Amino acid sequence: MSLVGKHLIDPGDFTLTEFDSVFQLAEKIIENKEDFSEICKGKILASLFYEPSTRTRLSFESAMLRMGGKVLGFSDANVSSTSKGESIADTIRVISSYADIAVIRHPKEGAPKLASKYSSIPIINGGDGGHQHPTQTLTDLLTIRTFKGSLQGISVAFCGDLKFGRTVHSLIKTLSRYPYNRFILISPRELRLPEHIKYSLDNQKTIEIIETEDLESVIDNIDIFYMTRIQKERFFNEADYVRLKDSYILNKEKLKCAKKDMLIMHPLPRVNEISYEVDEDDRAVYFKQAEFGVYVRMALMALLLGVYKNA
Amino acid sequence: MLKVESIHYGIVIDHITQGKGKRIFDKLNLEEVDYPVVLLRNVPSSKYGKKDIIKIENCIDIDMTMLGLIDPNITINIIENEKIIKKMKVEIPKEVHGLFRCKNPRCISNTELYSNPSFKLVRFNGTVEYICEYCEELTSYSL
Repeated sequence: MSLVGKHLIDPGDFTLTEFDSVFQLAEKIIENKEDFSEICKGKILASLFYEPSTRTRLSFESAMLRMGGKVLGFSDANVSSTSKGESIADTIRVISSYADIAVIRHPKEGAPKLASKYSSIPIINGGDGGHQHPTQTLTDLLTIRTFKGSLQGISVAFCGDLKFGRTVHSLIKTLSRYPYNRFILISPRELRLPEHIKYSLDNQKTIEIIETEDLESVIDNIDIFYMTRIQKERFFNEADYVRLKDSYILNKEKLKCAKKDMLIMHPLPRVNEISYEVDEDDRAVYFKQAEFGVYVRMALMALLLGVYKNA
Repeated sequence: MLKVESIHYGIVIDHITQGKGKRIFDKLNLEEVDYPVVLLRNVPSSKYGKKDIIKIENCIDIDMTMLGLIDPNITINIIENEKIIKKMKVEIPKEVHGLFRCKNPRCISNTELYSNPSFKLVRFNGTVEYICEYCEELTSYSL
């Protein structure tokens, strides 16, 4: 099995065995970071961010720098030729000759897929609109695997913006490929999980899907609590955002009813949906989750570039 | 009974659901062509009661995918020397490229010229639902 030259646009692009190979390498990197500090020497990552990002962009860039490679790119579409009207297809055809691998974040859904059709280097989807965010899924799965020891037979609650939350879309699609998982979808009616995502879930393997607006009624039977931010940038109407933005706030009081070993996860950035007081709770792993993002992206790029065998 | 001469070489689009003939005529841009065409409406049919028919002389190249989207009941007859040499049944297409747009305003296929909107058939329950290759949004297409 080899991931060399593949694109990662949708979590479905990788088999579960291929996911495992990424996690196993990430675990090796965590154990001994020094062994990997030169494996990308001479390699260049193109970091193409058409939309603001902190964690995803910096973790990709940190990952490449930690492996001895270099980074070029932009973090604002206004400083690229896109502002002159250049198409993504033309941009990526040119950048294919400047770099060895590229990560693309774009506000339009499907933009990384389009780029991959015109690219001669591996393309990684760094988040496309409200669609998918497969490397956040790698980060989330590595976190669950590390703290729970398994990716199957777990009750996972997704809370907040399930309509536009691309991290939710990628993660639930992937977790539905593992057997015996149960999903609890907690959101306002207007921000429910889209039909096309429900359609894409593997219902053969999933035990149950529950949809509710009431967080308190379900919090006592959850293994993983995945909170998300209500995303202002995805709303066409400001009034709708203001009405929904404080729908759910996780605090110490609500956590009293939760399992003692429930993991509290969040893809970050957080606004106010998890109170700061929860940060001190041993169950809160969102900062560790962000740290894992660097290691899993190191593993991913090393495998796509085919440099791991030299480590 | 209205009489229309048989054609020597071309195609007959038969068994069009009554009332859909004009739409297909328009979609195939038959107003613009310079070869003989005829649209017959409300023709008695033993199978359907009434049907529409389109006859096209001197042309056998038409978009079957588009016909399948509008009316999967259609039969295509290829005519040579006034005889049917091939009969084909159109089907609801499993894949559609460039015939309609994705309904998701955030989809890249609605803004980027290079992307040809492409869809795969995923469901069929009175409406035809297609999933967008780019954003995976479901787009319904009513028959």
